[in-house]
Amino acid sequence: MGHIDDTSKQEIIRELKRDLLLLQGFKSRPADAVDMGLGPISPAFPNQVFPTGAVHEFISDSSDSAVASVGFMSCLIARLMATGAPCLWVASERQVFPPGLKRFGIDPSQIVFVDLKKEKQVLWVLEEALKQEGLAAVVGEVKNINDIASRRLQIAAEKTGVTGFLLRHITRAVTPIASVARWKITPLPSEGPKMNMPGLGFPRWSVELERVRNGKPGSWIVECTAGRLRFLSPIATTLPIIQQQQKITG
Amino acid sequence: MTKRFLYCWFPHLTTDWLILCNPKLAGEALVVTAHQHGRIIVTAASQVAQAKGIRNNMSVADAMLIEPTIRVAKEKPGRAEKLLQNLALWCLRYTPIAAVDGQDGLILDITGCAHLWGGEERYFREIILKLRSKGFDVRGAIADTIGAAWANARYGRVHPILKPGEQQNTILSFSPAALRLNPITLVRLRNLGLRRISDIARIQRSALRRRFGDEMILRLDQAFGQVEELITPVVPVEIFEERLPCLDPIRTAGGIEIALTRLLETLCLRLQKNGKGLREAIFKGYRLDGKVEQISVGTSRASAHVPHLLRLLAEKIPTMEPDLGFEVFSLTAPKVEDAASGQEALWETARGLEHSGLPDLVDRINNIVPEKDAVKRFLPDAHHWPERSVRLAVSIREKSDIPWPDSADMPAVMLKKPEPIEVTAPIPDYPPMHFRYRGKLHTITKADGPERIANEWWLDNVQYRDYYAVEESNGARYWLFRSGDYTGTPTRQWFIHGFFA
Repeated sequence: MGHIDDTSKQEIIRELKRDLLLLQGFKSRPADAVDMGLGPISPAFPNQVFPTGAVHEFISDSSDSAVASVGFMSCLIARLMATGAPCLWVASERQVFPPGLKRFGIDPSQIVFVDLKKEKQVLWVLEEALKQEGLAAVVGEVKNINDIASRRLQIAAEKTGVTGFLLRHITRAVTPIASVARWKITPLPSEGPKMNMPGLGFPRWSVELERVRNGKPGSWIVECTAGRLRFLSPIATTLPIIQQQQKITG
Repeated sequence: MTKRFLYCWFPHLTTDWLILCNPKLAGEALVVTAHQHGRIIVTAASQVAQAKGIRNNMSVADAMLIEPTIRVAKEKPGRAEKLLQNLALWCLRYTPIAAVDGQDGLILDITGCAHLWGGEERYFREIILKLRSKGFDVRGAIADTIGAAWANARYGRVHPILKPGEQQNTILSFSPAALRLNPITLVRLRNLGLRRISDIARIQRSALRRRFGDEMILRLDQAFGQVEELITPVVPVEIFEERLPCLDPIRTAGGIEIALTRLLETLCLRLQKNGKGLREAIFKGYRLDGKVEQISVGTSRASAHVPHLLRLLAEKIPTMEPDLGFEVFSLTAPKVEDAASGQEALWETARGLEHSGLPDLVDRINNIVPEKDAVKRFLPDAHHWPERSVRLAVSIREKSDIPWPDSADMPAVMLKKPEPIEVTAPIPDYPPMHFRYRGKLHTITKADGPERIANEWWLDNVQYRDYYAVEESNGARYWLFRSGDYTGTPTRQWFIHGFFA
């Protein structure tokens, strides 16, 4: 038996990985793959494609992090809405200000807001919305969601191909739910175009992909310039917070 | 199509009701009394009392002479009208047009209704027997005109149902009282020896008018069907209404859904033929015990699409309480609008807000959640003042004439009401160095501003705010403003208004 050279070995491994994904019930949707502009984050996902038709959760433990999540999520939704499809935003205590989303590339008039009083109804509306074809994305602001409710949402999203985003504001320990990815976004100090210039720079966040089904979790530093995501290498920025985070993760 | 009317006469309406309320009174001579000109007189007598010879307008003292053991009840003004009103509402399960007639009768316009119950004979029996089983003494008649039905119900002896065109011959043999004339005219007719309607009908019309006035002519014409008589229905007639009587009472959700589907199919077909769509639908179930259960839905745009409406209504079927079962269902569209029924496509090509799935989803949400106006869309408004820079869109497809403001400095999250904060600012018109919000101290490292935003100048109370976008050392970004300036305004105060992503 002659030994197989490196390239074909990698080819075989890639094939096997793909088969494994299929066996695990993961269906890739290459036909409606949207360019999410996620650059270096893409390899973290299975098949290197941002999973649409699934539920993503964004957890936050403080209001700063919740606002940063809205920002990063809006950048993703803007890409999904580029086809012209509308987005549904369901919340029980909504504070999102529609014109503020324009900076992330969203046409605020294309978003339909559903303001409810009870969290239970938020979940019902979310499920109904995810069952409806033709929507680009469905955003839900929920505090308490259990495993069963989240699984229902995930099944509804898989059937129609609508992507769901859950904003979970949790101060206690994070309970896992049935989502394809768990993100945590925290704000980072911005930098102006030139050093030592007064004023604020572009919004900058630390993006942590804490959990991703069939993928590799990781963390990145991202800046949003005029609706586009720009990726900064963590080494380039020497900021105390990142050093701390690296200590924790490393 | 000739009109058909059913008249129900309740000779003992109020006493029947009193006996229903208190079954012990059954079998006793019961009279209802009222004060009139200082005397207490009988206004209604029960069947037993009438059989003993007690008549209306007799004084109670006289009645007591005839039958010492009579039971006396005081009259309650308006009770008869209320009873009739409720009976008319109950009758709506048999016909959409029911009206109250005076103090003791109901007029039902049954044109085109009887065949649903298998002919007039069975229809008539059904209504009269149901009313009698409730405990009301009722006499009914069906005829082409209200006048003839009225006469036949009260004075008819042969058959309650007059076939179309038969009223002329039947009525002629009745006494003139069957013409609904006023008492004075009736006395004069009796004095003249005109005992039957045929005697009057023989006289020339001009002579009749001269002697007895226009009323006589009108009543004759109404009875014979030469003049149409108008009635005021208890519930206004809906143009788009469909009803479905059931052979057996329906008690299951599945059965209700089948009935609903059938009604929707016929109603939507009619709507489509007229180029209309409904904005509101009311589905009623008439229960065996007389109660009416109803569910209603609203739509965000005119719709005559059966599956969509069925889905909306079906979600509310569990709230209907069938009890012993529903015998009749009705579906009404009280609010309809013109709808351009688009060509049906095999697959949906429109994207965005034009996609037909979105209004359907909005309808479903609106019909289930208790909040009114839960679903909203925002459009830009021509104001700089941040709270007023957006307005609610009227419809799901409304487009704005003005573009969204281009400024990138609106925060993603904004407080509904600015909250006051404590700040330390080094120099006037400089951004603050620290601020305290909800007990927490924030140290500012970077800041943009001020950006001055003022009310419109034509408003009386011109206010202005100096906005600063500031960043904390950990990267959190805030939108602060100072209301009023440093010179001359004593009401200077700092607020936090929003959070940048």
